[in-house]
Amino acid sequence: MSAISRDEVARVAALARLSVPPEELDKLAEQLDSIVEAVRVVSEAAGGDVPATSHPIPLVNVFRADEVRPSLSVDQALLAAPAREADQFKVPQILGEEP
Amino acid sequence: MSGDITLARFDDVLEHFDPVMGIEVHVELNTRTKMFCGCATTFGAPPNTQVCPVCIGLPGSMPAVNQKAVESAIRLGLALHCRIAERCTFARKNYFYPDLSKNYQISQYEDPIDQDGYLDVELEDGTIFRVEIERAHMEEDAAKNTHVGGATGRIQGADYTLVDYNRGGMPLIEIVTKPITGAGARAPEVARAYVAALREVVLALGISDARMEQGSLRADVNLSLRPKAADAAAQAKVPFGKRSETKNVNSLRAIERAVRYEIRRQGALLAAGQLVTQETRHWHEDSEETSPGRSKEQAEDYRYFPEPDLLPIEPDRAWVEELRAALPEMPAVKRARLKAEWGFTDREMLAAVNAGAVDLIEATVAAGAGPAGARKWWLGELARVANEREVDLVDLPVTPVDVAQVEALIGAGRITDKLARQVLAGVMAGEGTPEQVVAARGLEVVSDDAALLEAVDAALAAQPDVAEAIKAGRVQAAGAIVGAVMKATRGQADAARVRELILQRVGA
Ligand SMILES: [Zn+2]
Repeated sequence: MSAISRDEVARVAALARLSVPPEELDKLAEQLDSIVEAVRVVSEAAGGDVPATSHPIPLVNVFRADEVRPSLSVDQALLAAPAREADQFKVPQILGEEP
Repeated sequence: MSGDITLARFDDVLEHFDPVMGIEVHVELNTRTKMFCGCATTFGAPPNTQVCPVCIGLPGSMPAVNQKAVESAIRLGLALHCRIAERCTFARKNYFYPDLSKNYQISQYEDPIDQDGYLDVELEDGTIFRVEIERAHMEEDAAKNTHVGGATGRIQGADYTLVDYNRGGMPLIEIVTKPITGAGARAPEVARAYVAALREVVLALGISDARMEQGSLRADVNLSLRPKAADAAAQAKVPFGKRSETKNVNSLRAIERAVRYEIRRQGALLAAGQLVTQETRHWHEDSEETSPGRSKEQAEDYRYFPEPDLLPIEPDRAWVEELRAALPEMPAVKRARLKAEWGFTDREMLAAVNAGAVDLIEATVAAGAGPAGARKWWLGELARVANEREVDLVDLPVTPVDVAQVEALIGAGRITDKLARQVLAGVMAGEGTPEQVVAARGLEVVSDDAALLEAVDAALAAQPDVAEAIKAGRVQAAGAIVGAVMKATRGQADAARVRELILQRVGA
């Protein structure tokens, strides 16, 4: 019994704007399941007394002073743009509303 | 565009339903640099000139937190009576849209920096309405999309989209209210007053330009209706209805209108036995209506998770207390204090506030004028001129120091109120200070009795019948002679003194 359902895969795919053919949903669910299973080992290693953390090093309050640093030139910034028009990134029309 | 929407009468809806609001305000901070990178934040810079690997999301780039932005967030939290989190973290809010180069926005989720506060909002009639604040959190702004082609310039029908990342990564604070209940028919006014009051706080703190028309302060308004109950206690037990979230409400006036519109739209749906859809709607300033965007259920899964590239923030308590001690006086508190100090009535103070004259009166008083005199000029003659020129009082070419000097000239008996208007006109025409205008235009009151007597004698000689009448005891006839003298001195005489001299002269 897989922990990740076919419907969950379809939903995550939709959120990520990926088109996944229906016949691949089960296969992907299975694969994702084995990834989740592998990560589950970590939860077993850490007992309930270990607080969740997103960082390996217990540092806090790392700040940057509010001082302007040079930006990229427009040409540098647009170097990897899929397409450009004047000095802007040009992308295909987007279906659906802005978030 | 949405002419098929039925609207109920506002009063009818309020008879049967209780509106509940939630307001989210985004404030763009005026720090020199962005939230997580050192790019400049100048408004209106040419497209993509204030971008770097961090804010266009190039692989391998690492965000670094702007300390000034954190400080601004703490100061705002303190001003809103919030608890400043002992520890807070950043989170990734995931969604796919070209205004977000990384496919996620760095925001805060479970532990915002500012929690559980309130803002007391003064309504037009002086009533204080307390709006509870749920949270205020730090995040980065998205880039600016321009949809090109298509008929409407909006997304539907656009041929392609241009993206300017200058705004991407700008520091934002989002302030979220708890559900606002109990406003009833005043909900539109409360919504407007809340955003106006919040804007004032932000301006007093100096943390943002808070210009709604430039988008540096943006409001989203959630609204739902629930059946009206007999009393407040019973009302509190009635669950909230389905809400709409209206975005793009970019003026104070629009906030009031949008709330009113949604109350009428949802009221019509509910009255017809239909359901309100939980959805995002867009406010259209031109047609003054909202239109539906995406439905909420589908879009709201942002799969937040902790931002692994940023470390937690644990604001040092000594720092927080230092910031608290250095907070400026809040605008509402200041108004109450000045009103008491100046001895203004509610109505006088309200007039000063509405005319944007409070700071001007304060500065005029500081320059030595009495509060009543300062109020008289700013809300009288100067308000009239401002109105005529269609500018704000503060933009008139006359300073509080000028007004205080005019008051001093009147106090010293050197000019009359009538002459003072000419003096102010001279100042606004760029003729110099009030003293200089008086000297240049020769406006000083003629207080030299010898000169006045000369004019009185001439006037009496010109109208012997009036002189006789005064002598015979018809003292009121002196008015004609006073008028003649004032005319002869071009209004620069003190009328009361002239009158004394006339009576003295004819021996009445
Ligand atoms: Zn940058």
